[in-house]
Amino acid sequence: MEIFALLGQGFDVALTPTNLMLAVAGCIIGTIVGALPGLGPSNGVALLIPLAFSLGLDATESLVLMTSVYYGAMYGGRISSILLNVPGDEPALMTTLDGYPMAKQGRAGDALVLSGVASFVGAMLATIGLMLLAPLLAGIAYLFGPAEYFALYLLAFSTLGGLASKSQAKAVLASCIGLGIAVIGLDNFSGMPRMTGGSLHLMDGVDFLVAIVGLFAVTEVFVYIESHGKNSSIGVAVSKITIPVRDIVRSIGTMLRSTVVGFIAGVLPGAGASLGSFLAYSMEKAVSRDKDTFGTGNPRGVAAPEAGNNAAAGGALVPMLTLGVPGSGTTAVLLALLMTLNITPGPLLFEERPEVVWGLIAALIIANFVLLILNVPMVKLFVKILSVPPWVLLPGVTMVSFVGIYSLSGSSFDLVLMIAFGALGYFLRKLDIPTVPIILGILLGNHMEDSLRRAMIVGDGEWQYLFSSPISIGLWTAAIVGFVAPLFLRRFIRTPEKHAD
Amino acid sequence: MSDRLFAGLAALVALAYIVGATGIQASFLSDPVGPKTFPYLIGGAALLACLVIIARPTAAPTWPNGITLLKLLSALVMLVAYTYALKPLGFVLPTAIAAGYLSYLIGGHPGRSALTGVGLAVGLFLVFRYLLGLGLVGWPGIF
Repeated sequence: MEIFALLGQGFDVALTPTNLMLAVAGCIIGTIVGALPGLGPSNGVALLIPLAFSLGLDATESLVLMTSVYYGAMYGGRISSILLNVPGDEPALMTTLDGYPMAKQGRAGDALVLSGVASFVGAMLATIGLMLLAPLLAGIAYLFGPAEYFALYLLAFSTLGGLASKSQAKAVLASCIGLGIAVIGLDNFSGMPRMTGGSLHLMDGVDFLVAIVGLFAVTEVFVYIESHGKNSSIGVAVSKITIPVRDIVRSIGTMLRSTVVGFIAGVLPGAGASLGSFLAYSMEKAVSRDKDTFGTGNPRGVAAPEAGNNAAAGGALVPMLTLGVPGSGTTAVLLALLMTLNITPGPLLFEERPEVVWGLIAALIIANFVLLILNVPMVKLFVKILSVPPWVLLPGVTMVSFVGIYSLSGSSFDLVLMIAFGALGYFLRKLDIPTVPIILGILLGNHMEDSLRRAMIVGDGEWQYLFSSPISIGLWTAAIVGFVAPLFLRRFIRTPEKHAD
Repeated sequence: MSDRLFAGLAALVALAYIVGATGIQASFLSDPVGPKTFPYLIGGAALLACLVIIARPTAAPTWPNGITLLKLLSALVMLVAYTYALKPLGFVLPTAIAAGYLSYLIGGHPGRSALTGVGLAVGLFLVFRYLLGLGLVGWPGIF
């Protein structure tokens, strides 16, 4: 019953007027961020970090705001998937498969309500899962020494390429780009500059936010210029919103199964929400009796990926909070937020700052209810926002990115660096090289190197020390399996084709 | 082809990175691993990945040509110019020009884009300055 006491304490923190207001604001912003194609959850959260600082929010307040945005984006992504056949963010890709056909049959309202409910089920159960699993994992994390952490980071990178990308080599290259950038700056151990090329600007290293805003927000502008904003396909109108009780009742089993699959995918380091929705959809299609109706507007094909990706979003918070290893691009940004707030995630967080952890969990529960209201009865409001044309949205996002980074550092050098990342991101996007490993590399590179070097100090320079405990052997094995398995599995699991107009 | 070209380029960068890492100075207080090993490992892994991509390329993107390429380059130049214009010229004027130009590149229609630029510049300025309280300089010398 200790959990209830802690949770009560969390609600005390989260239920202040300021925090409630921030949660509601975060949910609204998050749903918009998720719904608008071209503005994903990672860059939405990244853009808000500098603004949260300039508003002078404290640790709990910023966390409440950002996690509401994070959950909100997971809900919002489905709106444009269903109405425009364009995923609002990456995890919502699978929702286009059955959501858009459903909308074309005149059942857009039903699809939106059903997916909203599925999102709620997935997110709510995942939050409860987080509540139960995180303290347990935090207990295990006490046993982790530097050697185990090094293996854990390796596991995160090796599973990152995973099933989502087409080539393991490209995922490795992307991780190396990120890790290579993380090395730039002063060495933590010796204090000597590394890879700075003598530039004073680079002594502090490359700021993580500069890279993420560049790679995500600025890249998007280049992509849209190339496509002349033609990515916005013709939308489907929403008729009256009613509650499709029959569909909801019939997909309860689907939602529960998908939640479990999604949550597990989320907890695995490096996997994240996209994999969660992908696996949930594939599994549902495999076990269902009417396989061939998937892809033609089957309601369960809408419920599965939405429950899956929201559950994964909650699950991804588990390794982020307990081990400091994010499970996805967006949790990487949240981790960066924690670090900038001087909160070190890890097992100690649960002992030393329970108000942060439990306040966060309480805020997530509140955010879920707010999001259910926003995304079911009030969904039409957000449908209107989708009509913001890309020629207003993208210049707007770009200008916000500039102000955000500028207000954080005030240096033109960082802005130019951000533009450079934007250009790099454009090339990488063209070449199908994933950018999330780069972000994770920049964020975790120093920790990874530190744990390697510390392990070597503890082990007196013997390399065998890295494999000396059962936990680290397990993690190394998982890392190798996680890296090799997709090479074989990729042949069997193929992303289903998108519904063509 | 693009894959191979990019991987070849990346391999050169990785080599340069490794060579650069040999020049890292160790201090007298050192640990068994030292400051060079990690960069070596990264460079080595990157090299290996590049070789695999060169051997088995996967992507064959279509690159923009002619006018689109010019547009992309001009957007790049515009953004860099914007960066350096922010300090001397304040927020509103450069933002209006940059946002308007980007809007034109994406959607066409000069008139509509100019309105978008001015609207975004003024709107964002008001939001940032008065709602969020950022210390932005709107127009040098005036406000």
